[in-house]
Amino acid sequence: MNRVPIAVTVNGVRHEAEVESRLLLVDFLREELDLVGVHIGCEHGVCGTCTVLMNGESIRSCITFAVQADGAELTTVESLAQGETLHPLQEAFWEKQGLQCGYCTPGMLLRSLELLRENPQPSADEVREAISSNLCRCTGYQFIIDSVLEAAEQMGA
Amino acid sequence: MATAHHPPTRDLSRERKWVGKSIRRVEDPKFLRGRGNYIDDMRVPGMLHAALVRSPYAHARILRIDVEAARQLPGVFAVVTGAQAAELTDPLPDFGPAADKHVWRCLAVDKVRYVGEGVAAIVAESRYVAEDAADLVEVEYEQLAPVVDPEAALAPDAAIIHEPLGTNLAYERTFTFGEVDRDFAEADLIVSDRLRWHRSGGQPLETVGAIATYEIGTGMMTIQTNSLSFTSYLFMLAGTLKIPPNRLDMQPHPAGGSFGTKLFATKVSAIAGMLSKVVGRPVKYVEDRIDNISNCDHHGSDRVYYADLAVMRDGTLRSLRVHTIDDYGAYIQFGVGHHGNALAQATGPYHIGSLEYGVKAVLTNKCQQGAYRGFGSEVHNWMLERMVDLAARELHMDPAEIRRANFIRKDEFPYFIPTGNVYDSGDYEGVLDKALALADYEGCREMQRQAREEGRYVGIGLVTCQERSVFSATEFWFWFDEPAAPVTSMPESITLRVGALGDITATLYSCAFWGNSPETMVAQLVAEEFDVEPHDVSVIYAGSRNGLPATGPGGSRTTVMLAGAIEGATERIKEKAFKVAEHMLEANVDDLEWREGGVQVKGSPGTRKSLGDIALQTHLFKHSLPEEIESGLEASKVYDHPYTTMPSADRSDLGVFYPFVGHACHIPIVEVDIETGQVRFLKYVAVHDCGTLVNPRSLAGHITGGVMQGIGTALYEQFVYDETGNLLTQSYLDYLIPTAMEAPEFVIGHQETPSPWTPHGIKGGGEGGRMMAPAAVAAAIDDALAPIGVRARVLPATPSRLLELINGAKQATAEPA
Repeated sequence: MNRVPIAVTVNGVRHEAEVESRLLLVDFLREELDLVGVHIGCEHGVCGTCTVLMNGESIRSCITFAVQADGAELTTVESLAQGETLHPLQEAFWEKQGLQCGYCTPGMLLRSLELLRENPQPSADEVREAISSNLCRCTGYQFIIDSVLEAAEQMGA
Repeated sequence: MATAHHPPTRDLSRERKWVGKSIRRVEDPKFLRGRGNYIDDMRVPGMLHAALVRSPYAHARILRIDVEAARQLPGVFAVVTGAQAAELTDPLPDFGPAADKHVWRCLAVDKVRYVGEGVAAIVAESRYVAEDAADLVEVEYEQLAPVVDPEAALAPDAAIIHEPLGTNLAYERTFTFGEVDRDFAEADLIVSDRLRWHRSGGQPLETVGAIATYEIGTGMMTIQTNSLSFTSYLFMLAGTLKIPPNRLDMQPHPAGGSFGTKLFATKVSAIAGMLSKVVGRPVKYVEDRIDNISNCDHHGSDRVYYADLAVMRDGTLRSLRVHTIDDYGAYIQFGVGHHGNALAQATGPYHIGSLEYGVKAVLTNKCQQGAYRGFGSEVHNWMLERMVDLAARELHMDPAEIRRANFIRKDEFPYFIPTGNVYDSGDYEGVLDKALALADYEGCREMQRQAREEGRYVGIGLVTCQERSVFSATEFWFWFDEPAAPVTSMPESITLRVGALGDITATLYSCAFWGNSPETMVAQLVAEEFDVEPHDVSVIYAGSRNGLPATGPGGSRTTVMLAGAIEGATERIKEKAFKVAEHMLEANVDDLEWREGGVQVKGSPGTRKSLGDIALQTHLFKHSLPEEIESGLEASKVYDHPYTTMPSADRSDLGVFYPFVGHACHIPIVEVDIETGQVRFLKYVAVHDCGTLVNPRSLAGHITGGVMQGIGTALYEQFVYDETGNLLTQSYLDYLIPTAMEAPEFVIGHQETPSPWTPHGIKGGGEGGRMMAPAAVAAAIDDALAPIGVRARVLPATPSRLLELINGAKQATAEPA
């Protein structure tokens, strides 16, 4: 299988690797960089569990090849907390119980981060629409919406 | 009836500090950081990866499997066919009737019985290579006639799925409780219906997975998995793997959701274990999404109902006759326990005096049924509420009023229902009134009148349903006059250890985290007993090998059972703490009391020893204590099911098997677009009563999440098999899980009617809203479409199904017969 050299910056760290052209970005991040906070859900680009930010925009890493990320800046959930200190979004998800099993959570956090960068004070309806890209099987979404609104308030304060 | 045997009635007057508080969950920080240690996150040195070759056919004989090309692929360590697997392993653990006549194995042997069934397994250096190799396996099949429709499966000329059984009817029985014939003969009105509930499933975003490591030098098989449960029954899996039970250690990992589908899910562990033995290296097998949709152990119920409800003119419900055909798919792992579940609350919250319940369990060419939040009782709730609504409609009664008129009243508990099960406590009118107020029911009816005038189809659903909790073992075998294994144990265990500094560690013995919050719940209950901060309690999930007897989550049992275990272990620790304190304080035990995290002389708060003082003494200062006091401060408690009674020999009384029974009223308000068949929520009110709450926000999460799954069941989700048995919904592009845009705005209310028999008065509530939502949503649709006479008798009521009904009704009005 032919290998292609790529260079990506993930959470501020530059990586150079030779990867099979068919290697999915999610597998590159999980298996080669050990960033297992990027989860695999539906494997079809539907559920958003595998969401990461590429050059600041959310993408589905389960339907993106690693080679497509060549030269890109990637952000995963592992970069959100600063040491002991959780990111305000993480704090808000904890406070408002925006998670149950935690499996969709990394994707939800990154999608929410993207939303709040574009729209720092969203309405509940705007949050609802924004996170409809990502499935959650546990919460019925209500507490996730509450969490994002809480984060918006905290981050704006 | 066994009233005399109920557990002692508790004094619940004690004030509680931590139980009842919505504290932040202690589990969450690791998940928020993406460090959950889910099974697919784990790597073991030398680990290889597995993938399956799946059947493309619903029903076919396997004539030949050629694995040579796959074996030759670089990086492939082994290819195991079904025939080889049958040599390497014994059949999977199976509680079904006549399991030897519909043998269930980890891979199909000479015949495939559903699309997706595994026929061979590959082990390779990576999942990519394993899947490449799977593509190179050539299987020659001879297709057989598929059996897809459960009623057609019973036709004399239907193809037979398991030849040794000689029929597709795996089980049939009708129970009669009370004077059904008399009650029907005396009824003013009998309403009848045929109802159809199609199959859906839990579909957690994380699939089932396992890493098996077989050590040939010791014979130890270690399986890390997200699917450990029923620890007491793991000797069966050891049997499958042909290893001694004391050489099997199942180590739990957090699950990215289960909803029942990781309950005793043994196939994945068996495949990984088998393959590890073959290659002599650790093997990871994590289902991909297609595996999980097509070849999991746990599709949900798939029932046809023929139901009759006998009613009096004044609305009194007299008797219920139910005959159901349940499509179990190709195997029947749990027998008809799903119907045992329904029988726990078969007559709902109502004074229905008699019941006939018939079940036919049918085998078809589909993936097998297992567990999905409700375990069959949510389906029964839906059927019963559909019938009550039908009666209300015939009698021109409001759905709230017919229910109120038939409720078991709050002074009638404990109340034995016709099947023999007991309801411990309840205040159904209280729940109804609260829900009506939260919904502004009268206001909603007014809004509906206005909407109808504008030509809009707004509907209000209202259901009042039971949520049984804490199952015992009998529901799995009371179906048989001579059960093969009439087991009676369904325990849960805990070990509490107080460290030298007074730090507390709790060890749990079955399952791990499933998205419920066992750590938070245990931490709150322990904190309540010892007056410590819940976030300071450490919780460990033990592997099965040295585990105490345990069952794990399922049937909303975890909180009640662990509360019982914690109470017992606490009692033992405090007994010892008092002995030590007696010595340290030079006081008699009768003069001591437990206060604020320590032992003190009654009425003398200054003369006290904290738990830390006492623990330090027991851990390090043996010679300072009386001879008989052993070092350390630790206790375990095996808490058995607190209230199980035996079924009568003639099965006219099934005994008590699900005694802690919650209740809920759901009121969704929907609008149906009759041009598109789309159902939109305007509001969704749910009031639950599952006794004393441990963490109200956690329960609210179960309610909203469970309702969302119930909405999926009611409107969108179905594993669709076509007439050839092909599974058309093998990805989330076709199997439609609701997004936030389909989610209603929830208004959640709680009522707390304590159980008289459990610690703190807790009842289980984990199955949450899915017990009620399908019934409630169907009722709301019917109410919306009442002006054109359409009823949602088939779930899911997808836009296309509704549109067909709406257009049919329009046509019928346009062309009067």
